[in-house]
Amino acid sequence: MRLETLNDAAKPAVRGEAPARWLSRALFSDASAAYAFVAPAFFLLLFLVAYPFVLSLWFSLSDARVGETGNFVGLDNFRRLLGSSIFIQTLQNSMVFTAAALGLKTVLGMALALLLFRVARFKRLIRGAVLLPFIVPTALSTLVWWWMFEPLYSVVNWTLKSLHIVNKDIPWLSDPYLAMFTVVLVNTWRGLPFFAITILAGLVAIPRELYEAAESDGAGPVSRFWHITVPLLKPVLGVVILFSAIFTLADFNIVYILTKGGPMNMTHLFATYSFALGLQSGQISQGAAVSLFLFPILLIVVFTQLRMVRRATTYE
Amino acid sequence: MSSLGRWTRRSRPLFTLYVPVMPFVLFALFPLYFMVVTSFKKNAELYDVNAVPFLIGRGVTFGHYELLSKETLFWSWFLNSLMVSLAATVISVVLGVLAAYPLARLKFPGATSFGVAIFVTYLVPPSLLFLPLSTVVARLGLSDSLWALVVTYPTFLVPFCTWLLMGYFRTVPKEIEECAMLDGCNRLQTMLRILLPVAVPGVICAALFAFTLSWNEFLYALVFVSPAELKTMTVGVFSELIRGDIYYWGGLMAGACIGSLPIVVAYVFFLDYYVSGLTAGAVK
Repeated sequence: MRLETLNDAAKPAVRGEAPARWLSRALFSDASAAYAFVAPAFFLLLFLVAYPFVLSLWFSLSDARVGETGNFVGLDNFRRLLGSSIFIQTLQNSMVFTAAALGLKTVLGMALALLLFRVARFKRLIRGAVLLPFIVPTALSTLVWWWMFEPLYSVVNWTLKSLHIVNKDIPWLSDPYLAMFTVVLVNTWRGLPFFAITILAGLVAIPRELYEAAESDGAGPVSRFWHITVPLLKPVLGVVILFSAIFTLADFNIVYILTKGGPMNMTHLFATYSFALGLQSGQISQGAAVSLFLFPILLIVVFTQLRMVRRATTYE
Repeated sequence: MSSLGRWTRRSRPLFTLYVPVMPFVLFALFPLYFMVVTSFKKNAELYDVNAVPFLIGRGVTFGHYELLSKETLFWSWFLNSLMVSLAATVISVVLGVLAAYPLARLKFPGATSFGVAIFVTYLVPPSLLFLPLSTVVARLGLSDSLWALVVTYPTFLVPFCTWLLMGYFRTVPKEIEECAMLDGCNRLQTMLRILLPVAVPGVICAALFAFTLSWNEFLYALVFVSPAELKTMTVGVFSELIRGDIYYWGGLMAGACIGSLPIVVAYVFFLDYYVSGLTAGAVK
């Protein structure tokens, strides 16, 4: 306040510009400035996220096909989906895929984070190497996995045969159960760095004193892990798992490239099945209905995360 | 005795730490190593069931890279990816900076709900909206043009950049900004001259991630753009090097190598930014 009057007194010549200044004040008052700044992002998200979402709802309630707007048919699409064995299979695949991949990523991610935390020599090199699968384009790295599980020249089979673990080729991608295993494996490969690095960041934030105190009380490494590390990591673990749950469930690239949803629809997820229905057979309405099954899970994650964020801030 | 004791003390981390970490490192790196090895191997060796697949035994060849350059539109795809990613990154970082500033700093009606909206869209996976978006893209007359991607990539990049930058802006003390305001700067000037220079690491981080995410994008590029010469790298390599039943594995791997290279180079130079960006979403 004092500074302002000083300023005004020091620059009497500026007084003539008072109306212009008033205008710029009004224009750049906090609220109007805020709206001006936020507007481009707001309109982008309105037209290219909110509007498509509403469109998606409409498609799912109509009999639209590619190029036709279609008529309102109520919940017909959903009813038909729930009666279709392929969709039930997709639902089941999605649950198996997400649960297995999340489980693997959590357990291995925790193990890797605990190891990385203690690594002192070659720290950057090892962290850099471990993070690489997350950075490389998934669509391209999945191609090499495809090649590694190729029926005739699979390097995995070659190794297993050379070690005399098996004596004939394992059909990694043509056997329905093994195909599910393979897509889970590739998803784990790609997602593990995210878990490890984020859990590592959580580990670093735990105060060392707690461990020292526990150690002087005679707590061993195992009990320190269960009584200090795990409880204090819970918020970070929660966020990572929820976050990854959405993107694992919504995975498209890995399944589309490795199996296209086959064999016998045993690896179809919502995204690939919705792609097959909506674009390959032109049934946009059915495709939209399938992809909308991702939405409730999205909502659950958003609610839980927001609640966790709020609890964290009020706790502070 | 004392030297033995020292030896065991020194080698203990070797067995409890570096040996257990090795399988993880191998698991992470082997596919990438195998990608490189395959791309330089002659077809005769590649398709020999008895050859050791891990090494190049019968000489290195650049044939697969030649095939890629001469018989496919690889370099067009590369260029398309580059242009789309740069454009989408610039748009998203600018919109992200603009949106993050008021959300982090100013009080205005609707701030909380817009913050939540940003957070929700941040979590929307592309596979939820690609069908209706393809209709929107068609209605805008952008189907089968790179603009379709330049326009749609920001839908997932802007929320990400905004979210990341909000965190960075909050760490800058309010006082330096207030001084600038008292000196007669308006909000835009304050943001550009005071806040942005301090938040440069955040902006670099947002730009790196935006570029990486656009470069790696697959689904939208697959759905919105179909002419072969307009494909992006990820889609082009996948769809044009498999002709019917013929898989050009060497070419596929060569394409995957060059396609990953820009990101890997950026990653090597900016490792710390990647790590901080990766954890920002979950920890901040």
